Amino acid sequence: MSMFGQVYVKDNKYKLKGEFHHLTPNTPIRDADDNWKLLGVTNPRDMTFIHSYGGEAIFFESLSQGKLMATRCDQDGCDSKGTIYIPFRTHCPDCLGKNSVIDLTDIAKTTAKVHTFMVCERSGAFNVLEKPIKFINIEFDGVATILMSYLSLGEPEFNMEVVPIFKTTGPTFTILDLSWVPKGTSESQLPEGFTF
Amino acid sequence: MIKFSKQQLKIPKLQRPVYLVTAGQSKFDRAFPDKRTEELCIDSFTMAAGLLDISPAELKKYIHTCYYGHFADHFGDQLLGESVIHDRLGLDPLGNVGVKTGGATGGSTMWEGMKAVASGYSDCVLVMGWERMDEVPTDEGNFLISCAADKDWESPLGHIYTGYYAVMAQRYWQIFGKSEDSFRRTLAEIAVKHHGYARFNPFAQAPMKITVDDVLNSPVVAYPLRALDCCLMSVGAACSILCDEDTADQLTKNSKNKPLRIWVSAGSHTLRPADRLDMDIPLLPNETPDQYKDLGERFPGGDRYPGFTGFLAARMAALYGYGMAGITDPTEDLDVVELHDAFTISDVQTYEDIGIRPYGYGREYVESGDCYHTNPNTGEPGKLPSNLSGGLIGCMHSVGATGIMQTYEIATHIWNRWDEIHGDDKLWKQYNREKPSDWTSLQVKDAKRGMAISHAGVGSHVTATILMDPDHLINKDD
Repeated sequence: MSMFGQVYVKDNKYKLKGEFHHLTPNTPIRDADDNWKLLGVTNPRDMTFIHSYGGEAIFFESLSQGKLMATRCDQDGCDSKGTIYIPFRTHCPDCLGKNSVIDLTDIAKTTAKVHTFMVCERSGAFNVLEKPIKFINIEFDGVATILMSYLSLGEPEFNMEVVPIFKTTGPTFTILDLSWVPKGTSESQLPEGFTF
Repeated sequence: MIKFSKQQLKIPKLQRPVYLVTAGQSKFDRAFPDKRTEELCIDSFTMAAGLLDISPAELKKYIHTCYYGHFADHFGDQLLGESVIHDRLGLDPLGNVGVKTGGATGGSTMWEGMKAVASGYSDCVLVMGWERMDEVPTDEGNFLISCAADKDWESPLGHIYTGYYAVMAQRYWQIFGKSEDSFRRTLAEIAVKHHGYARFNPFAQAPMKITVDDVLNSPVVAYPLRALDCCLMSVGAACSILCDEDTADQLTKNSKNKPLRIWVSAGSHTLRPADRLDMDIPLLPNETPDQYKDLGERFPGGDRYPGFTGFLAARMAALYGYGMAGITDPTEDLDVVELHDAFTISDVQTYEDIGIRPYGYGREYVESGDCYHTNPNTGEPGKLPSNLSGGLIGCMHSVGATGIMQTYEIATHIWNRWDEIHGDDKLWKQYNREKPSDWTSLQVKDAKRGMAISHAGVGSHVTATILMDPDHLINKDD
């Protein structure tokens, strides 16, 4: 069996190993109502993209270490100085100065609550979350933005107090490594691979 | 953008008046196994020429530049699709450009075309949009649509765009709808209305005679949104021709089409609702500075603006557009609108963003009957009928074409040609669709002014396209 495409960086260049695409033959599309005349063909394609997180990489790396990072504008003279952003903004949207990276884990553990939520019965292709997906949008004390994520245990409701959990075992290094559970949940109840 | 400067809030001014002289569209459907995209584009262009009583070849002689709206290259699996269409329409070597702003692509394409004429660069332009959403199954289609969300922070969460809307729906329902069943039923009425109006539209993909209970019993997609609350996934094309005054007079001299004055404006907001910072509500001409001071008391939790309950981009598009066209109160000044009903909830949100109703009171537009062709409460004409085409829920959402389809529909009302086109037996037959025995005219009597709202994502881009009979302008010296 061929190896999935894997990438590392050496000397600031991508180094590729394995298969980045898989060949599957085209097949004809025919009209069953008109003597099976040809109408078109299928075009199978299976590709692996190579995506850089750039200045946000520290956020995704930190999830696997049980930390929730955010950014803050610390530029003197900026009207938005002190504003905290999560999702990350590498640069302040006001002055465009480089933001400082800060650790928001403790604030999240003590102040996070559900701003709004949604229970999703359907998903698009390539979804890996178990359905129904319980989307939650989370507000934090002192933070200007409202983070979108998902609840792993319990039923969401407005103003519900939640705490972050992190996929520290077998991380995917995607936003799915961050999830939330109701405040008071014990470690033994957490989904496989997740820790507080 | 955190704060607005005076320069940023300047009302746009066109260098010269711009006119819409004709428009056209193809049939819309979930799939066209027997037609290439360019065939659909040619269908729409041929219709536009036909409404001017000239041949496509004659119409092409006037066109100087072309603006093409096609949102999703990955859906159609064709980069530079604009070039394919341009070539097949035989419009080389004219300059052309592709426009992409998600669900607002059609409206943004109108925006670009208008500016080309207003600036004097071109005297006549083609604005055409299309989408090919039948090259993948529906779940892969949902995945591709979800790629319009932030790919690192949002899309992996279910790969389902409906979900990203549903969190807004949930918040709106709980705060402004006060979690009332009656509000949920009002949302369902919108779906009933739009699927119902689609029954009288031969272009429409999803005509249905349904009830509120049918909507409420349809499968949950992302609670509280159900299948019948959601827009369609479509294939089809639409186009319009924009001109300066002299060209407009020439092109319409033997036609029933009257040149219509057109203004298009645009607004934007963050791709991720997560990033929407709290701010004061920018006021429209029919609102007062103290109107929203106690909004949080009337609707606890409703004082965070725009939060998850309003679309700042729509408000800004309305603010610029109303300023350009002289509109002070959309309900009083306009006769018909087509709104971007991607979901029943976003339809209600938009009523408030564009000032049809104040924030918090969007549901009244439906419950009063004002949004209907014929007010069900009074039997009289609705005060400001909306989405008589069936909208995105009943007619189509062939993304790049949607904002242009809406404009086409508004124009047919102002031209007083709605019946002629939508009631045409030959067209119903040509599209292999059965004209209902109770087919009813939805022509808005004496319509002189209308507007189409085109909207992207969860509010990242919104345009307002305003059409007026030039003999019924609001700014008389315009």
